[in-house]
Amino acid sequence: MKRIYADLHLRPNFNDFEQTKQMITRATKLGYHLIAIPLPPNFSEENLRKLQGICREAKIDFATRLDLKPTTPDELTRNLRKLRRKYEVIAVICESKNVARQAAKDRRVDILNFPLYDYHGRFFDLAEAELASGSLTAFEIDAQPILALEGPARSKLLSNLRRETETAKAFHIPIILSCGTSDLMLMRRPMDMAALASLFDLEDEQALQAVSENPMGIVKRNREKLNSKFVAPGIRIVRRGKDC
Amino acid sequence: MKRRYLLLQIESGETFTQDEVMSTIWKAVTKLYGETGASKTGLSLIEYNQMECTAMVRVLLDAAGLARASIASITEIRGRPVAFHVLRVSGSIRGLSKPK
Repeated sequence: MKRIYADLHLRPNFNDFEQTKQMITRATKLGYHLIAIPLPPNFSEENLRKLQGICREAKIDFATRLDLKPTTPDELTRNLRKLRRKYEVIAVICESKNVARQAAKDRRVDILNFPLYDYHGRFFDLAEAELASGSLTAFEIDAQPILALEGPARSKLLSNLRRETETAKAFHIPIILSCGTSDLMLMRRPMDMAALASLFDLEDEQALQAVSENPMGIVKRNREKLNSKFVAPGIRIVRRGKDC
Repeated sequence: MKRRYLLLQIESGETFTQDEVMSTIWKAVTKLYGETGASKTGLSLIEYNQMECTAMVRVLLDAAGLARASIASITEIRGRPVAFHVLRVSGSIRGLSKPK
């Protein structure tokens, strides 16, 4: 069966719609079937429709994503309560341990993402993984710093990623590989992304799942939940009316 | 000894010479895997089309993943931003030109 590829972390510059368009078109050319773009909370309906129009034109599926960057666990739960049903994918950029722990155990969080260049800010350890394994949260790795860094900085990043992916695998936490870039030249084909994952010892099959089944699964699950016919997992309204 | 042939697309606003492309690929492999690792790839250029910005390289089967990761990690040539995309992989040169 042919794999369907997804990149859940494109970061175009919304002030430059031409660049946004180029990124979306490039994603299609590179072989992606679905992309998600983190939208700012104040993103207007008009701009969203414009974005959806570009994706339709480029023949690529588009999922709305929100990146939350809370400073406290309370702020995170407050934001989730308010925004969960408005976006198809919710990621939490964990900048403190408390927030990371809360995000890992909250089933409303889809993706855990950690600061790209701050090694001390990567809290994906055994305790975090254990909490995340109880919910449906995935661990996201952006390719952008792997491509942008060089020398000792990249070695250190790869070493951290190796440890974190081992932890994720041990607790059966889905791993997602995304480009995480706003630069066209740092976008890569799904198979090349999977090849980059070999740098931190992710096996071929798992790397391919990280650019296909794992991200697609999150979007599929959430679209089902956001559907008005959804009642509970496995239960949905088939028909309404007096004759039911 | 089994080999794999990789068809590459070089994406940039500029054109580069065959030597520049090959030396960039070698540098990327050496940077990521060191000289010992690079020596195990059996990397060589088969064909380069400057007009179409495509290149065909040959690597040893065991080092195909390693070469692919290195090629994907290339971000510049002569300080100019560039992206290498592996378009196809095949066990023979003829296989690369066959329609999918």
